[in-house]
Amino acid sequence: MSTSSPLRVDVLINGGGPVGALLACVLGGAGIRVAVVEAAPPEALARPGTDARAIAIAYTARKVIAAAGAWTGMRDEAGEILDIRVTDDASPLFLHYDHLDMGDAPLGWIVPNPAIRRELLAALGRTPSVSLLAPARLKRLERLPHRVEAELEDGRVVHAALAVAADGRGSLLRTQAGIKVTRRDYRQSGIVCIMAHETPHRGIAHERFLPAGPFAILPLAGNRSGIVWTEACGVAAAICGQDDAAFRDELAAKVGGFLGDIRLEGRRFHHPLTLQFTERMVDHRLALIGDAAHGMHPIAGQGMNMGIRDVAALAEVIADSLRLGLDPGGPDVLERYQRWRRFDTMLMLGVTDGLDRLFSNHMGPLKHARRLGLAGVNQLGPAKRFFMRHAMGLVGDLPRLMKGERL
Amino acid sequence: MDQLGTASPEEIARFTAMAEAWWDPTGKFKPLHRFNPVRLAFMRRHFAAHFGRDDSLLRPFEGLTLLDVGSGGGLLSEPLARMGFAVTGIDAGDRNVAVARLHAEQSGLDVDYRVATPEQMDPAESFDVVLSMEVVEHVPDVAAFLGHATARLKPGGVFMGATLNRTAKAWALAVVGAEYVLGWLPKGTHDWNKFVRPSEFAAMLRDHGITVRKMAGMAYNPLADSWRETENLDVNYMLFGTKA
Repeated sequence: MSTSSPLRVDVLINGGGPVGALLACVLGGAGIRVAVVEAAPPEALARPGTDARAIAIAYTARKVIAAAGAWTGMRDEAGEILDIRVTDDASPLFLHYDHLDMGDAPLGWIVPNPAIRRELLAALGRTPSVSLLAPARLKRLERLPHRVEAELEDGRVVHAALAVAADGRGSLLRTQAGIKVTRRDYRQSGIVCIMAHETPHRGIAHERFLPAGPFAILPLAGNRSGIVWTEACGVAAAICGQDDAAFRDELAAKVGGFLGDIRLEGRRFHHPLTLQFTERMVDHRLALIGDAAHGMHPIAGQGMNMGIRDVAALAEVIADSLRLGLDPGGPDVLERYQRWRRFDTMLMLGVTDGLDRLFSNHMGPLKHARRLGLAGVNQLGPAKRFFMRHAMGLVGDLPRLMKGERL
Repeated sequence: MDQLGTASPEEIARFTAMAEAWWDPTGKFKPLHRFNPVRLAFMRRHFAAHFGRDDSLLRPFEGLTLLDVGSGGGLLSEPLARMGFAVTGIDAGDRNVAVARLHAEQSGLDVDYRVATPEQMDPAESFDVVLSMEVVEHVPDVAAFLGHATARLKPGGVFMGATLNRTAKAWALAVVGAEYVLGWLPKGTHDWNKFVRPSEFAAMLRDHGITVRKMAGMAYNPLADSWRETENLDVNYMLFGTKA
C-alpha cells in the first residue's frame, strides 16, 4: 500500500462525525475533491442505541443539512419545535416563544443523533468526489509551505491543499498545531435519554432552570421526547446507576404529570459538561470546526448549530477561492473564515455560560431578579423576537448555504 | 523544466527563493495578491458570459486557450489554468519564466511558460483569450505592443487588459503612496508618464479590431486591507473587449 501513488484532494478532513461528514457532503456537492479520515468503521458510526442525544437543529442549520442531501432521510424522525417555554424553578411566570410570532416555519427541529449520523454518512457515500477512508487513522500529517501531506497507519498517503480538524473536543490536529484551549469545568453532568409518553407534546420544548442546572424536554417525532437533565457530576452518576424502574420514577417526578405515563426508550447516558474555547480557529493550512473549535453548555441547544455554522462559512470561503482558481489553504482564505466565525462563537459561548451561571444557584435576590427578567422579556416583543431569531439562527451575516442558496 | 536542467544548484536555489517571494501573500508582491481575487472574479464572470459557460463549475473554461502576456511569477496564469484554460504564459524576463515554471511544477499545474514577447511568437499561434494585465504601463510603445498582442487573438476571442490611469490621483496613490509611503512596490516601479487613460486604451484597441465591452475600476479599502470592483476608473482599471 505504501508504494501506491498519493490520493490528491483539495481538502482533507480528520473526523467523520456529523460536522466533518456535513462539510464533506457540501464541498463534494460543488465538485470539490475531499478525503475524510475516520477511526470508526462506517457501520459503527450510525449504529443506533449507542447514543441517546437528541440534537436541536435550528431553522437555518436545517438548510445546510438539506443542501447536503441528508434531510429527507431523517425528516420522519425529527420533531418540530413550535413553541419554547422557559421557566424558572417553581415560578408561575414563564417566557413563551411561539413560532407564529415569526411566521409559519417551526423554530427548529429535534433529531436523534444516530439519525443525523446515519443520513450524513449515506449522503457522503452518494457524493462521487468524496473519499471516505474508514476505519483509518492518521500516522503523520505535515503542513508544508505548498500543501498538506498525510500518511495513514495503513500506509495510504493523501495530499491536500487544506486540512480540517473535525476531530472533536480532544482534537489531535489542534493539539499538533499548538493551538491553546481554555476550559471551564461546570462540575455538572448532562443525563440524556429518550422517553415515550402517553400525551402528545404538541411541539413544545420545555426548558426549566433548576438550582442543580437546566432540565429540558425536547419534542421528537410522535409521542417521544429527548431529555437533557443537568446535575452535579456525582449526583448524575448516582441517578443513572439506579435500576430502570427507580430511574423512570425519578424522571417521571422531574417531568411532572403533563405528558401522562412515561416509558424509557433505550439506554441512558451521562456526559460531563465543560466550556471550551480555542485561542484561534486556524493555523497554517489548518481550520478547526465543530467541537474541535468550541465546546459549550447544552443549555441553549446550540452546540451542533454552531458546528453547522462553521461548516457553512468554511465551505463558502473554500468554494469561493477554488472558483477563482486560488489556493483554498492560503492565509487570506483562512483569515476570512476565522473573522466570520470568531465573534459569533464568543458571543454564543458567553450567552450560554452566563445563562447557566445566572440560573444554577439558590441566591434569593437573583432568583427574584431573573424571574422578573423572564417575565419582562416576555412582555417585550422586539427583545423576544431578537432571542427567537437567534435561536432560529437568523442573526448575523449568514453564509449562502444557511440562506438556502447554492454554495 | 529544460531551462533549469542546465542551471547550477545555486541558480536553482535563487529561483526557488524568488518563487517564494512572488508567491508569498504577505511579501513584496502583496499588492498583487490582494487585488488578484477582484481581477479573477471580473474575468471569470465576463469570460463565462461571453463563452456561454456555467460559472458555478470549478473548471468552466475547459477546452479554451489563453495567452498571458507578461506572466511574471504566474500569479494569474496558475488560477486561470485551474479554471480550465490551457494557459501559455510569456514574459521577457528569463528569471520570471524560470520561477513561474518552478512554482507551477510544485503546484502540479501544466502551464506552458516561455521567454518571449508577443511579436516573437509564431504568427500561426492564436488564442481564445489574450491577457495584458499591468503590462502596458511598462512598455515603450503601447500602440505597437497592443498590435502584436491582439494579433494573437482568434476571431470572436476576448482581450482583457488592466493598467493605471494617467490622473493626478493615480500619481498620488500609485507612485507616491504605493512606492514611497507604503513601500508596497520598489521605488521607480512606475513612470506616471507611461500611464494610459481608458479612452486612449480603448482607441488603440479599436484600431486593432477590438471593441471594448466593459470597464471597471478597482478601489482599495485601507481599513479592511482589501480591494473591490468600482465604476470609478481614476486609478487602477480593467477592460474587457472582444474581437469581431
